[in-house]
Amino acid sequence: MGRTLAEKVWDDHVVRRVEGEPDLLFIDLHLLHEVTSPQAFDGLRKNGRPVRRLDLTIATEDHNTPTIDIDKPIADPVSRVQLETLRKNCAEFGVRLHPLGDVEQGVVHVVGPQLGLTQPGTTVVCGDSHTSTHGAFGALAFGIGTSQVEHVLATQTLPLAPFRTMAITVDGELPDGVTAKDLILAIIAKIGTGGGQGYVLEYRGSAIEKLSMEARMTICNMSIEAGARAGMIAPDRTTFDYLEGRAHAPQGEDWDAAVAYWKTLKSDEDAVFDAEVVIKADELAPFVTWGTNPGQGAPLSANVPDPASYEDASERLAAEKALEYMGLTAGQPLREIDVDTVFVGSCTNGRIEDLRNAAAVIEGRKVADGVRMLVVPGSVRVALQAMDEGLDKVFTAAGAEWRHAGCSMCLGMNPDQLAPGERSASTSNRNFEGRQGKGGRTHLVSPQVAAATAVLGHLGSPADLSDARTPVEA
Amino acid sequence: MEAFTTHTGRAVPLRRSNVDTDQIIPAHWLKKVTRDGFEDGLFEAWRKDSEFVLNKPERKGATVLVAGPDFGTGSSREHAVWALQNFGFKTVISSRFADIFRGNSLKNGLLTVVLDQKVVDALWELTERDPNAEITVDLQDRQVRAEGVTADFELDENARWRLLNGLDDISITLQNEPDIAAYEGRRPAFKPSTIQA
Ligand code: SF4
Repeated sequence: MGRTLAEKVWDDHVVRRVEGEPDLLFIDLHLLHEVTSPQAFDGLRKNGRPVRRLDLTIATEDHNTPTIDIDKPIADPVSRVQLETLRKNCAEFGVRLHPLGDVEQGVVHVVGPQLGLTQPGTTVVCGDSHTSTHGAFGALAFGIGTSQVEHVLATQTLPLAPFRTMAITVDGELPDGVTAKDLILAIIAKIGTGGGQGYVLEYRGSAIEKLSMEARMTICNMSIEAGARAGMIAPDRTTFDYLEGRAHAPQGEDWDAAVAYWKTLKSDEDAVFDAEVVIKADELAPFVTWGTNPGQGAPLSANVPDPASYEDASERLAAEKALEYMGLTAGQPLREIDVDTVFVGSCTNGRIEDLRNAAAVIEGRKVADGVRMLVVPGSVRVALQAMDEGLDKVFTAAGAEWRHAGCSMCLGMNPDQLAPGERSASTSNRNFEGRQGKGGRTHLVSPQVAAATAVLGHLGSPADLSDARTPVEA
Repeated sequence: MEAFTTHTGRAVPLRRSNVDTDQIIPAHWLKKVTRDGFEDGLFEAWRKDSEFVLNKPERKGATVLVAGPDFGTGSSREHAVWALQNFGFKTVISSRFADIFRGNSLKNGLLTVVLDQKVVDALWELTERDPNAEITVDLQDRQVRAEGVTADFELDENARWRLLNGLDDISITLQNEPDIAAYEGRRPAFKPSTIQA
């Protein structure tokens, strides 16, 4: 019987297989950041253990880093201690670190791919649930807990329980103005926030094949929001082209050998998935969330749903609670929801293509009165590239704030937060209660919808904007 | 992690049921970046009361916690185990533990012993009557002994073996070092390396 992509990558990493025990898997790439690593290093220290493979380990600072005044001392003592601890640990153990101010610093899931470290057929782990992002390259990538971080540091392996596989086939073509973000929000709304539990999802089909690497990362990033262990997309020419020439991509003969291997990484024709979902791309539209979990979403043209319309009692209750927290009423058109804040950034939508897409919408337009728009590049490299293309000017001319790279308002561990009751349109991945600040209300959107919303002052898409634009002076 | 074979020590009777991990170590302690230094956070809210059993001078240096049923419910924080260990506890006895807490405790070398509530009651009475009374928890023989109390307990063979030998997950994996080295030897050259070019 044929094997799925995920099974092939798994099999290629088995260090030890014993009947009745979990497989011991080798880990090709271990990414670290300041929040989930300190106790892991502390554990190594206590047991006198070194980091086994420094050449497969890399760290960056992202969750706590400020996005303004980055040369000043960090005000919040907890954030400061976490960052200082990471620096101390990396120096002591010899781990490569890209700290705040470094040109390779940024959100860990943006940094790995852009350095060319995330490659097809690799196993990638990080103490962070959105590690699923790296699956866009055909890597088996998943988030781990702090004791597993320590385990990988010490042994470069992990004992792992087997997973099930789910194929999500997206056929057809995404209509104009419909993005990868809309697609993944629609998928999560369809299968639910627990629909992927225990599964590795494989996104496939003609609509997926046409997507850029950035768009594929947006999709795999949010696999975790469907409860999945990981998300994957088979590598192809788009993947190889993205990687070729990057700092850590193979070169010369190694490149040829790598590509030959990468080409074998797809699910066999006769591979059997444990579950299958089919989505028709042509039927999709811009999608936004109205509730407090990423599965509570609807097309932008819809109205806030009536909780009474849910047959399932727990879903009804969840919807009622969500509407109350979000300050919305059933039947209200989603397009009429006013926002105070627009956030463009995060490991979901903080890459160069996302910034280009948002900039293309806002160019020559103005952020609506009373709306604050934050644009936070996913990494310093993304920021530099955007500045090179003049995108920062496009945003500032429109009245948006151009910030330094980091996680920022995606989770509000740094000073970028919503005030209680404030409402945002955000390109990030979680609309949980309080995620962007205590009492803050979050609507998840694509970069295009974020930009249009900033101009309109209420949720809307580029199609809702008038044609009038003022040229931006270079 | 430290091996556990047999431990004898004085006890603290904690006559409360449903002690959740937030009571064991409150959330604001989770901001710490080490695995030690949690002793002052242990039962922090209760310890503000000088009458709380842990504050009594005669309990100083006790190493066995005899707790009520459903100990360790709530959030999965491993810090709860660290806090108990940092304070000096080697073992916790209760008639029922929350699953995740129990898993975390055994992983970290804190032996959690499940005994009948009747036996727990007897241990409470003993240690309340005589704070100097010692309790022995013998993992070799899977038995708890104290004046007037002899009670067998169960623990699955794998967890017992790990505790007796002081093996944490990492040391168990490192026993397979030859397999890891062999795998490393056959990894293709084109695999990525983080070493700066
Ligand atoms: S950008 Fe958001 S989701 Fe991504 S790593 Fe940072 S906090 Fe997590």
